[in-house]
Amino acid sequence: MITKAIKQGLTFAVVMAFLVGCSTSDKKKTTPVVAPVAQPVVEAPVKAPEVQVANVVYFEFDKYDLTPASRAILLAHAEKLKGASMAVRLEGHADERGSREYNMALGEKRAHAVRDFLVLQGVKAASLESVSYGEERPVATGHEETSWSQNRRVEVKY
Amino acid sequence: MKRFLLLTLFFVTGFAQAQLTNITITHGVDNPTRIAIVPFNYVGPALPEDISEIIRNDLNFSGQFESIPVEKMISYPQSEAQIQYRDWKMINAEFLLIGDITQQAGRYFANFELFDVVQQKRVLSRSVPIEGGETQLRDIAHRISDKAYETITGIRGIFSTKIIYVEAFQKPAKWQLMLSDVDGARSRVLLDSKRIILSPVWSPEGTRVAYVSYEADDRPAIFVQNLSTGRREQVTNFHGLNGAPAWSPDGQNLAMVLSKDGNPEIYTLNLTSMALTRVTNHFAIDTEPSWTNDGLGIFFTSNRGVKPQIYKVTLASGQTERVTFDGEYNARGRVSPDGKSLVMVHQRDGCCLIAALDIKSGNLRILTETNLDESPTIAPNGAMLMYATSLGNKGILGAVSLDARTKVRLPSKQGDVREPAWSPFF
Repeated sequence: MITKAIKQGLTFAVVMAFLVGCSTSDKKKTTPVVAPVAQPVVEAPVKAPEVQVANVVYFEFDKYDLTPASRAILLAHAEKLKGASMAVRLEGHADERGSREYNMALGEKRAHAVRDFLVLQGVKAASLESVSYGEERPVATGHEETSWSQNRRVEVKY
Repeated sequence: MKRFLLLTLFFVTGFAQAQLTNITITHGVDNPTRIAIVPFNYVGPALPEDISEIIRNDLNFSGQFESIPVEKMISYPQSEAQIQYRDWKMINAEFLLIGDITQQAGRYFANFELFDVVQQKRVLSRSVPIEGGETQLRDIAHRISDKAYETITGIRGIFSTKIIYVEAFQKPAKWQLMLSDVDGARSRVLLDSKRIILSPVWSPEGTRVAYVSYEADDRPAIFVQNLSTGRREQVTNFHGLNGAPAWSPDGQNLAMVLSKDGNPEIYTLNLTSMALTRVTNHFAIDTEPSWTNDGLGIFFTSNRGVKPQIYKVTLASGQTERVTFDGEYNARGRVSPDGKSLVMVHQRDGCCLIAALDIKSGNLRILTETNLDESPTIAPNGAMLMYATSLGNKGILGAVSLDARTKVRLPSKQGDVREPAWSPFF
């Protein structure tokens, strides 16, 4: 328990430090990539009110549980959203493999996983809106794992 | 029902440019039936469509036939009296189709006769001509193909049926719901949108289609559209998923997936009373409903066993049983007209093939061998299925016989083609 808590705290601190570092050095153009898989975030950067926080979290194939990296990113969002009244849209996506309607459901399950985590951290459920686009709006159009890993995502949109 | 919108939509009637590129046979039967289709006799200015060429393509498309090229023919008989059977035996023709077209006051009439070359006898003669206007010349050709196919194989032909599919474009992003002949010709736009369109399906009588369309707030809703009037009606507007519509065999109900109660669940909507009935109740994903042929049950995809598999629920009792066991990923089942096979998206060694399950024995047969194959739809005669696949970087349609012996590829379109749905017989 204790080590886990320390680990989580550490991850959070590291990620925050990284995020702050990024935002001061290059505020305008890039969206920092926090996921362990190094990949550009193609989606246009969303204006965040204060610190520039990664607004995309990624998932494994046919999975909708959050990775430790995703949790760290979402903790940063939760800090900002707690007590604030801004509306946030959680957009769930899937890669192209498998059937389209199953992927639509998968995208929603992913958006809901993010929503549930944020609510657990104290964000008001009413300010969060989930919508799934399934495999219909890929950010990378290749037919291999590099592209697929970028498409299995939830975008947090302010 | 929260809201019930009636929208009259711009119904695009213009025909897209003719796409008459021939279909490609990628894998045929070992001994296709060789048929000679003699150019149809017609006196007058050239017709906008080549009737005998369309019939040749139709029969080739089935994979069961090989049409003999015109240049191999030794003679061009126009009547039974002119037939020299040895001319046809020499080029190994097993069947011979002859005919003529006449025109009267803007209407076209076709007469045709089919001969068995081996037995040297006439097996089909249509003395009652098929008639139609200039735009129906392709219909005339498809009707003749249907008759010839049925006479020789004993199976009803599907050349006069239609398909709907989604064609997607990039930069700028655009989705179109399309209607075309089974061979891809005469495509027509049914709906044009800047937002996602998916999951089109036919009503059982073939006069309406249902589909999912993302609307003004970029959220999904299910629509029903009448094909002859173009009028469309929004039938769902729930929070969360509104997806995977499927018509009951009697046309009264629409099964669908909604997540308004938290999880993706299967519901049925009575289209007359608009009463909604919940069918499944599970924290996992339940989606992709497809009715059993008797309308008493629904096949659906669920990951309640961790990986997606196909289940069947009996509507009266709610009793649910797992149907697929072979492999880690089986989804989007569609049952064949005879009720014996369930076709699905099946994952094996990477990704996604089309497979058919023999429901009784549990045997799974792989039908396709390309990658990223999805959205199988079975022809109303049960002999073939069409599916979405990719060639290069483009989404195209493929077709395969249910015995997997023949495979064909439809000509590619301008955009990415996906989600074909085969019409019923009209």
